Amino acid sequence: MIFRYIILFLILLPLKVFAVIEVDITRGNLSPLPVAVSPLSIDKDSKEEFKKILKKDNIGSEISKVVENNLKQSGLFNPLDKDAFLQKPDIANLKPRFEDWNLIKAQALITGKVTFVDEKLRVEFRLWDVLAGKEMMALAFTTVPSNWRRVGHIITDKVYERLTGEKGYFDTRIIYVAEEGPKTKRIKKLAIMDQDGFNNKFLTLGNELVLTPRFSPTNQMVTYLSYFRNLPRVYLLDIETGMQEVVGDFPGMTFAPRFSPDGKKIIMSFAKDGNSDIYTMDLENRIVERITNYPSIDTSPSYSPDGKYICFNSDRSGYQQIYVMSSNGKNVKRISFGTGIYGTPVWSPRGDLIAFTKLHKGKFYIGVMRADGTGERLLTENFYQEAPSWSPNGRVLIFYRETKTNSKGEGFSAKLWSIDLTGYNEKMVKTKTDASDPSWSSLLSN
Amino acid sequence: MNLRKILKNGFLILLASLVLTACATQKKTTGQLQGDVYTGKDSVEYLASGVPDRVFFATNETVLTTASRETLRKQAAWLRKNSKITVVLEGHADERGTREYNLAIGERRANSAKDYLMTHGISSDRISVLSYGKERPVDSGSNPLAWSKNRRSVTVKAN
Repeated sequence: MIFRYIILFLILLPLKVFAVIEVDITRGNLSPLPVAVSPLSIDKDSKEEFKKILKKDNIGSEISKVVENNLKQSGLFNPLDKDAFLQKPDIANLKPRFEDWNLIKAQALITGKVTFVDEKLRVEFRLWDVLAGKEMMALAFTTVPSNWRRVGHIITDKVYERLTGEKGYFDTRIIYVAEEGPKTKRIKKLAIMDQDGFNNKFLTLGNELVLTPRFSPTNQMVTYLSYFRNLPRVYLLDIETGMQEVVGDFPGMTFAPRFSPDGKKIIMSFAKDGNSDIYTMDLENRIVERITNYPSIDTSPSYSPDGKYICFNSDRSGYQQIYVMSSNGKNVKRISFGTGIYGTPVWSPRGDLIAFTKLHKGKFYIGVMRADGTGERLLTENFYQEAPSWSPNGRVLIFYRETKTNSKGEGFSAKLWSIDLTGYNEKMVKTKTDASDPSWSSLLSN
Repeated sequence: MNLRKILKNGFLILLASLVLTACATQKKTTGQLQGDVYTGKDSVEYLASGVPDRVFFATNETVLTTASRETLRKQAAWLRKNSKITVVLEGHADERGTREYNLAIGERRANSAKDYLMTHGISSDRISVLSYGKERPVDSGSNPLAWSKNRRSVTVKAN
């Protein structure tokens, strides 16, 4: 329901401007771009209307706060202090006085306007290149007022795309497992939130253990593992309707599910008689196919974005390693050869890299390697962390990290963290409860 | 291999510290680990007098130790005597592994126990298998002794 009402109208196509600003996201950005996010201007009547509906004094500044926070969290931008702004929002949106913005060292400026039209929220915004004194982009769109946070995310995505040359990841959600209670009797619920931690919602009650939720590329469906009636099985959940169903009819535990890139199949492990192999089930015709057939543990399968290959985790060599095969199960090839053991391979949406968890000398690492196994790079080291999930543009990874308990078993926590592919900008993603097993959705709008 | 070395070193330190605190806490703490397999009695429950309910495994291993086989023979004898009882074998892993692989290894551990019970005359109809991976530790500590107690297969009466 939340996705539906966004309508984007392109009112002005960016003219050929010779922007002097651009942000390189391929390396760690140690000097983030100074950007001024002017509060969206709002007329008096609109302000009153939105106040009634949304209980926010000034929805214009609230939306710009969303943008500002997104830009800051990305690590690529440095939003400047609003107290230093000389120009009023409404005038800045018409024609910025670039000298003023230059004075406070802003290189980019975002201005805009929000109005109440036919019970809807209409927003327009502009991105300006302060040094060149030019408009880089102008866009307007209309949506239902309750979508106001998404408006901020969409603006951020457009700005990010214009300045980095790549799609953003802000109008997205994270599905994860919310955790509570002592480690020996942990209560786990499926939960979903916006990428910035807002609009958190629990999707299950915690009556049964749930693990490893993963988004479908179409965003409405989630596949996960539930211990409903103490039978660990892969389930399919429609987030919007709340409808759930078991995936397939397997005489034993199914686990480690993921969608195929077209969202039409679920790939997962099925364990029987001490042997786990990889299977797929077509969601339309319900046909089940066996992909691996080997007397070892084969699990954590993940498709390449073109659907032609599958990376997975197997201990057929004696210890957990990462393998790649064709999607029909042929041409199996081991790709991890470094020291230590490797798990949870997950293919980047860009196709070039595979992220993984590595255990070496008692430490856990999140790392990436090319799909042929070369170029291994470890991004972060800790006592325990695993299960990376890619942002839809393949630039950021989210994963979870657990702390060590003391001799009495105290001090345990599980939290979500994100880190750029560059290895920079590592930060905790705030959640109300403890959290694990994050999965990043694709962009809700384009 | 490296991992094993580390764990072994870890145990030496652990054992040393246990010896130091031994008088205060437990009687025979040095006897709680063999290699890195738990051999103590803490957390063990009994299906019947003299019939322990669980067996323990080495890190990353699913093969039964001599002590585990002895425990399972006792369970098999008890099951033969009580022919109406059915059981669930719950397989577990320690927290030092990725969640999905641990689910698989828990399943494999429980099946090691199941296979052994079957070779001692218990019908597979009476045994079901359930893996919890690392989701239900008995000891919430983050140390080699706690992990050794958590790498287990527990036989639970189902009826």
